[in-house]
Amino acid sequence: MSMPRRIAPALLAFALNVAPLAAADSPRLGAPISEADIGAWNVTVFPDGTGLPPGNGTAAAGAMVYADKGCAACHGENAAGGANVGLVGNPPLDRIEARKTIANFWANATTLFDIIRRWMPWPSPRTLSNDEVYALTAYILALNKIIGEQDVMNAQTLPKVKMPNRDNFIIRFPDRI
Amino acid sequence: MRMRGRPVTSPGFEPVAGNGLLDRRILLRSGIALAGGLTGASLARAEPLKDDPWSLAQGTTTAPIEPHSRFEQNVQRTLTNPNGEPRTQHARAPLHLLHGTVTPNELHFTIVHNGSPDIDPAKHRLVIHGMVKQPLVFTLDKLARYPMTTRMAFVECAGNSAPMFSNEPIQATIQALHGLVSNAEWTGVPLSILLDEAGLDPKAKWVIAEGADTGALDRSIPLRKCMDDALIALYQNGERIMPGNGYPMRLLLPGFEGNMNVKWLRRLLVTDQPAMTYFESRNYSPLLPTGKAYKFYFINEVKSFITHPSFGHALEGPGYYDISGLAYSGTGRIARVMVSADAGRSWAEAALQEPRLPMAFTRFRMPWRWDGQPVILQSRAWDEAGNSQPLRAEFVALRGQARTVPNVTAFTNQHYNSITSWGIGSEGEVKHVYA
Repeated sequence: MSMPRRIAPALLAFALNVAPLAAADSPRLGAPISEADIGAWNVTVFPDGTGLPPGNGTAAAGAMVYADKGCAACHGENAAGGANVGLVGNPPLDRIEARKTIANFWANATTLFDIIRRWMPWPSPRTLSNDEVYALTAYILALNKIIGEQDVMNAQTLPKVKMPNRDNFIIRFPDRI
Repeated sequence: MRMRGRPVTSPGFEPVAGNGLLDRRILLRSGIALAGGLTGASLARAEPLKDDPWSLAQGTTTAPIEPHSRFEQNVQRTLTNPNGEPRTQHARAPLHLLHGTVTPNELHFTIVHNGSPDIDPAKHRLVIHGMVKQPLVFTLDKLARYPMTTRMAFVECAGNSAPMFSNEPIQATIQALHGLVSNAEWTGVPLSILLDEAGLDPKAKWVIAEGADTGALDRSIPLRKCMDDALIALYQNGERIMPGNGYPMRLLLPGFEGNMNVKWLRRLLVTDQPAMTYFESRNYSPLLPTGKAYKFYFINEVKSFITHPSFGHALEGPGYYDISGLAYSGTGRIARVMVSADAGRSWAEAALQEPRLPMAFTRFRMPWRWDGQPVILQSRAWDEAGNSQPLRAEFVALRGQARTVPNVTAFTNQHYNSITSWGIGSEGEVKHVYA
């Protein structure tokens, strides 16, 4: 490669004032893809609601999904716990080994939607409809008395749910972020 | 075996700290000098030598993959869920039976939440998208053409050493207490190259890394770490990464808690905010005695423990021993390790085995002549950033301890990096003690 050809892209980047570009001789072996084509993999939900899909659900509908999908096999009747962790309970955080629960610890209600859609139902993750995930989310939040029995969970309401422990976190190493 | 009454041939054999710790510089001298200084007068005479049967017979046939000696079959990981029931599986590394600094691949600790996915490397894809100019998809073959970096790095579960939060010392091996850390040579593609190629939005601040496992495990990583020393690791100790460690590719974040080193990596979502995923919201936000909790802990801080001798070992009797252990820090190279044989009243500087590499195991050694009396052995490490391993009293004052003795496999709390103490009894038995 001759010198002028190497210099040209660098000058172009400087002229356009864009973010640092990869070196001109970077391998560039990645295949372009559109966000639309990533769709099925893009299941991340953020605390501000970014990533939440259309749909909605209530606690009553969630109770039916919970029974229908056999959730009690691991999480117990009324989500009280069984072969795997219980999903209700609010023990005091009065010891360093206290059980961290949705009610006493989790900072964001969106985390609940995300983990149900991502990981449940065992052993067939990512098979629930969006309405079913919203319904299960509402069911568990209502069991924990964080929302009302009649509250509808959707992309607008879920990020607004105030989790009781949300203000009790200290960023350990702020200079690393 | 006592020094008493024998001429001292070298200043190095004078104890430099209480209960028989010797000058580390004797480890640097010639073997002759060492033997001359340390050979005891009271050992029984050896039996006459003769050929053993294995020296007179045809040996075993060479196999494509070398099996271990049949006498080493006890060197195994310990499992919490050997039948793969629908819960997390932990495999702890037998650090009390290994030496040096490299953890062999089949003994590297693993924690998997849904079993290891059976990934066809030809079909695996890694996508980078979100706040980038052009989302990109990479195959393993394409990544293998990129400029790669090889480095040593420890990977440690943030919940490693959780039994040390017990209010009483749990009698258990190093494997049970500290076996969720391992050290390997990793080879892979610097993530910064791939992010540069995708073209970062100047507002980007985080990368959400996600695996191809059943639960699509994900964590939020600060972008600055991704642009600093993060690797898309493809090789582990020279061979392709083991399934339990993320075959065919994992994120390697040197010094950062194990769970963030996402295995079976398939997606990197560039964003301006953390996702507050399940694992960062719950498991890896350590609860404090005040009822508040740390979040975004990330770093495995400077730590050390003596592996030889340790619980499960027994000393044969008074005389010379090579105290040895591991030190490592998520904030750089190990600068210094001090060893005490009198519960911290006096300390001597240990010899550090080269190479000392950042965010990697350093092996330390301490020559010691045991007089047969009860002693308490401890190690304490410092890193090049000036951080020191906290004493237990300091650590407990800040982080607390459990009110009862938890199950040894329970994750009582996270990020323990204080001292481990071994009490040696007069019979040579090793107990775990707090001191």
